[in-house]
Amino acid sequence: MTAADVRSAVVRAGRGVRWYLREWSGEARWDDHLRECAAHGHAPLTRREFERRRSDAIERNPVSRCC
Amino acid sequence: MSTTYTRDDTGPARPPGGPAGRRLSVRSVLVWTAVALAGAVAWTVLALSRGETVSALWILFAALCSYAIAYRFYARFIARTVLRTDDRRATPAERLHNGVDFDVTDRRVLFGHHFAAIAGAGPLVGPVLAAQMGYLPGTIWIVVGVIFAGAVQDLTVLFFSMRRNGKSLGQMVREEIGVVGGVAALIAVFAIMIIILAVLALIVVNALAESPWGVFSIALTIPIALFMGLYLRRLRPGRVLEATGIGVVLLLLAIIGGGWVQESALADALTLSKEWLVLALVVYGFVASVLPVWLLLTPRDYLSTFMKVGVIVLLALSLLIARPVLQADAITDFAREGTGPVFAGSLFPFVFITIACGALSGFHALIASGTTPKMVAKESQVRLIGYGGMLMESFVAISALIAACVIDQGLYFAMNSPAGATGGAVESAATFVQGFGFDTSAQDLAAAAAAVQEPTLISRTGGAPTLAVGISQIFSDAFGGNLQAFWYHFAIMFEALFILTAVDAGTRVGRFMLQDTIGNVWKKFGDLSWRPGNVIASAVVVGLWGSVLYIGVTDPLGGVNQLFPLFGIANQLLAAIALTLVTVLLIKHGKLRYAWVTGIPLAWDLIVTMTASWQKVFSDVPAIGYFAQADRYRDARDAGQLLAPAKDQGQMDQVVFNSTLNGVLQSLFAVLVLVVVVNAVVVIARAVRAGGLPTTEEPAVPSALVEPSGLFATAEEKRAQADHERLVGSGGGQQ
Repeated sequence: MTAADVRSAVVRAGRGVRWYLREWSGEARWDDHLRECAAHGHAPLTRREFERRRSDAIERNPVSRCC
Repeated sequence: MSTTYTRDDTGPARPPGGPAGRRLSVRSVLVWTAVALAGAVAWTVLALSRGETVSALWILFAALCSYAIAYRFYARFIARTVLRTDDRRATPAERLHNGVDFDVTDRRVLFGHHFAAIAGAGPLVGPVLAAQMGYLPGTIWIVVGVIFAGAVQDLTVLFFSMRRNGKSLGQMVREEIGVVGGVAALIAVFAIMIIILAVLALIVVNALAESPWGVFSIALTIPIALFMGLYLRRLRPGRVLEATGIGVVLLLLAIIGGGWVQESALADALTLSKEWLVLALVVYGFVASVLPVWLLLTPRDYLSTFMKVGVIVLLALSLLIARPVLQADAITDFAREGTGPVFAGSLFPFVFITIACGALSGFHALIASGTTPKMVAKESQVRLIGYGGMLMESFVAISALIAACVIDQGLYFAMNSPAGATGGAVESAATFVQGFGFDTSAQDLAAAAAAVQEPTLISRTGGAPTLAVGISQIFSDAFGGNLQAFWYHFAIMFEALFILTAVDAGTRVGRFMLQDTIGNVWKKFGDLSWRPGNVIASAVVVGLWGSVLYIGVTDPLGGVNQLFPLFGIANQLLAAIALTLVTVLLIKHGKLRYAWVTGIPLAWDLIVTMTASWQKVFSDVPAIGYFAQADRYRDARDAGQLLAPAKDQGQMDQVVFNSTLNGVLQSLFAVLVLVVVVNAVVVIARAVRAGGLPTTEEPAVPSALVEPSGLFATAEEKRAQADHERLVGSGGGQQ
């Protein structure tokens, strides 16, 4: 394995971790919104407004945490 | 099975549920034989070693090999043959997609969400307490229980709820079993939740009492979370990872800062009694329940989940590096005699009750119905998320058991026996544990407390401090650097943080439940945005668990000793309701011949919980039976005597009241569950006679999604996905 292979494997793994964390934390939902708006030709919300709506939705759907 | 595939089938036969169950290749036969052999060797070492040094890694290997085989073969059998998951059917996430609760989610991400929701303090605390019976009973039940009961429950509940658009457990019981069972289940769920919240809070109180270091660092999590909340709302909306990164750094500083505070003039002000901590927790729970979630709950949740997953990974790694040796016996005398000081009762049924969540947790049924099923992309993924998620939880329980079994066992009993038994001082505690045959001296006990910089470790019951001592020992062995005190408080912080997250999330869920139920008769109350309703419902829920918590904290006999069995039985009874529901559903769907898959764990769980309930209610041994205990103290009180550990007449009254209350609650739970079971038996009898009954399952709608089913996509699945994306255009997500 060359140094370049190792580097590309590390970069891929790093990208995977970042993708996972963004998906898991919900950060990636903003990207989804932008993509959807672009696909349908709508003007996207501001980030602030989008996140506010998202947190209002969480307000009504409580997440349970187990013992 | 009588299915036959004829030779003129075009292409390979495909049962619903994905690619055909082809014969195993030579390579996988070899791999799985090796896994089975490794597991068998590990189990043999554990079972046969007596009086010699046994490495804790044998427990780890025995568990991991067993999980792998169970996931590969048993979970697959349940998903494909029993449930018949069908990837041609659209899931509710696909059909009802709204981007809010119904949302197609990548299986690996959903696995993370689901695991974060089910994993809590239970699997960490239960095994620690069960260690009083030795390492073997706990290990066997955590592994066997999860494979045949816990993971099966999570998987089947998730599947059936998914087929019903993510209906809740209570709703499914009402619709599939009957109104009587449904009402009983609703009351049971609510009451059990209150007990669970109270016991969780009790663990935190016991971990923080008289510990200025712990109080300081935990108290700081509140301003840290508020800061993160405001950061995400006002400064940089949506940058969750950034905010969480800052939060974690601040959290670590708070732990380090606690060490300085302990040495400073502030220490006295932060040395809180248990009563003050109860008040603080009740106020906190109430405020957290009425504040908007973005301000406190959501950021705390991010913090606690990152800490939780981080510590679990770190613990698994450091076990491999430190390779600790088990100090506990395989089976102690307490397992046979039932006279252990940590909790009373013999191995059967109490080891099963005490371990609870790590092997089978009824609470998971509330999460496997409701939130998770609305996000599953493909039906076959329930095996990974439901069964796999629970295997992970069981692994956490195994790690906790190891942590409790590698510390000096004299210290273990000095920490976990109630103050009434140890006398609260190092000298009396040393005498007490020497009575069990340990050679732990008063100096040893004092040195153990000094090593983690706590004023004392005597009678620090509840499991959390013991686990923290175990973790700090393993981490310092693994990473060196004389940081035992830091690691101890790090572990306390991690436990307290996610217990508090469970308490505030639970309070909120309880509040919604109450508002929803009362909303049926008083419409205005059910309106979640009506302030007075929120405040009243929050106050009721907090008031209920707060009073049980107060009772536990002031109990002369030791709150954990008295309440933990109630908690364990409540949780296992909830599991009985869930397993009853899925068994009824299998039979209603005409799958009587597979009903054993959930029927056997149900029967076992009922035997365990009903025996335990019976003993807790009717046993005439005062240490076990709540009413016998109340009688004993009442008779003594009426005769004008004092019985240890009560110190005055008031404490005598308290024991009488608490034991009676615990006995009443215990009976109530058992009766509610029996109502559900009896109602279910009626439905089962009808379904068996008719060969099946209609259910509320949603009709099949064809799916347009192509997604892999396991954790890693197979070559075949990748090809199918690529083909599909070429046809419809990429959705843009990373594979």
